Amino acid sequence: MSDARDNGEHDRLQTDEAALSARLRRLNEGLGHARPGARPPSDGDGADRATTASGYAKGFRLSSELVAGVVVGAGIGWLLDRWLGISPWGLIVFLLLGFAAGVLNVMRSAGLVAGTALDETNPRQRDR
Amino acid sequence: MQVDPIHQFQIHDMVPLPMLSVGGHPLWFTNSALFMFIIVGLVSALLIGATRRRAVVPGRLQSAAEMSYEFVANTVRASAGNEGMKFFPFVFTLFMFVLFANLIGLIPYSFTVTSQLIVTATLALLVFFIVVGYGFWKNGLHFLNLFVPKGVPKLILPAIVVIEILSFLSRPVSHSVRLFANMLAGHITLQVFAGFIIMLGSAGILGIFGATLPFIMVVLLTALELLVAFLQAYVFAILTCIYLNDAIHPGH
Repeated sequence: MSDARDNGEHDRLQTDEAALSARLRRLNEGLGHARPGARPPSDGDGADRATTASGYAKGFRLSSELVAGVVVGAGIGWLLDRWLGISPWGLIVFLLLGFAAGVLNVMRSAGLVAGTALDETNPRQRDR
Repeated sequence: MQVDPIHQFQIHDMVPLPMLSVGGHPLWFTNSALFMFIIVGLVSALLIGATRRRAVVPGRLQSAAEMSYEFVANTVRASAGNEGMKFFPFVFTLFMFVLFANLIGLIPYSFTVTSQLIVTATLALLVFFIVVGYGFWKNGLHFLNLFVPKGVPKLILPAIVVIEILSFLSRPVSHSVRLFANMLAGHITLQVFAGFIIMLGSAGILGIFGATLPFIMVVLLTALELLVAFLQAYVFAILTCIYLNDAIHPGH
C-alpha cells in the first residue's frame, strides 16, 4: 500500500506516520536488495518450484558449484606453476582462491549472497 | 551372471569416415553420433510435424510443441529479460537437444549422449564462449565490470576480482559436470539395481522372492530418472539464460 504513494507526495505529509512508513519502505527495499533469499518463493517464476521440488537436484547443484570452483582454482595454479616455475606457490594460492570462488558460487546459487552488480537489475535470477 | 554397469557408456565405432581425420586420427561414425542424429531427427520431426497444420485448437502434437515453446520462452524472459529473447532459438535448441538426449537415454539398450562429458562440456563451452564473445561485442571493455563488485573496500578488491574471475571460469565446469554426472550416476544406479534382479533371480526360489525388492527399486528409480532427465535439461537451459543475462547486462 505504501507503493501507491510516490516520492514527491510524502514531502507534503509531514506527520510522523508518513515519515515512519517511508523509512520502513526504504528499509524494506534495502533488505530486499541485500538478502535475495528472504524473498517469498511465490516471487519466483515457476522455475523455482520445479528446481526446489527435488532436494536431490538442489544438493547436486550446490556441490558441483563448490567442486567446480576448487577444480578451476587448482588447475590454474598448477598451470601457473608449470609456466612460471614458481612451484608450489601458484598451486597453494590459487587452490585457496579456488575454494573461495567455490564458496561464492555455492552461496550465490543458493541465493544467500547478492551476485555481481548486474543482479541488482534483475533480482529473480539470483535464486539460483 | 555378471552385469557391468559401465558397459552402457562405451562408444563403438560403427562406420569409418575415411576422408575425415583430425591430427592423424581417422574419424568414425560412432553410436554416440548415431544417437545425436536420432535426437535431432526426432526434435525436428516433432516441431515440423506439429507446426504443419497450425490449427487454432491445437492437436496433441501441436500443443506439445506449443507448450515447450511457451515454457522455454517464459524461462528466457524471466531470467534474461526481453533482450534475452534474441537468444531464444539458441536456448530452445539446447533445451530440446538435452531433453531428448536424456529421455531417449532412458529407453533400454539406447545410448545416453549426455552421459559423455565431452558432449556436455562442448555444449557448456559453446555457451561460455557465446557469453564472452557477445559480452565483449555488445559492451566492449565495460563487460569486465562483471568482475568488479560494487561496495567492496579498495584493500581487498584485487583478491575479490581474482575470486570473481575464478568463479566465472568455473561456470562451464559446473555447467557441464552437473548434467553429465547426473546422467551417469542415474544410469549406473539403474543398471546396478537391475543387475541385482538378475543375480537374485538366478539364485533359486528364495532369490526370486528377494528379487522383488530391487525390482520395486528399479520401477521407482525409473520414475526418478524421468524427473531428473527433465529437470537437468531445464537446469541446463536456465543456467544458459542466467549466463547470457550477464553478457547482456554486465553491471552498471
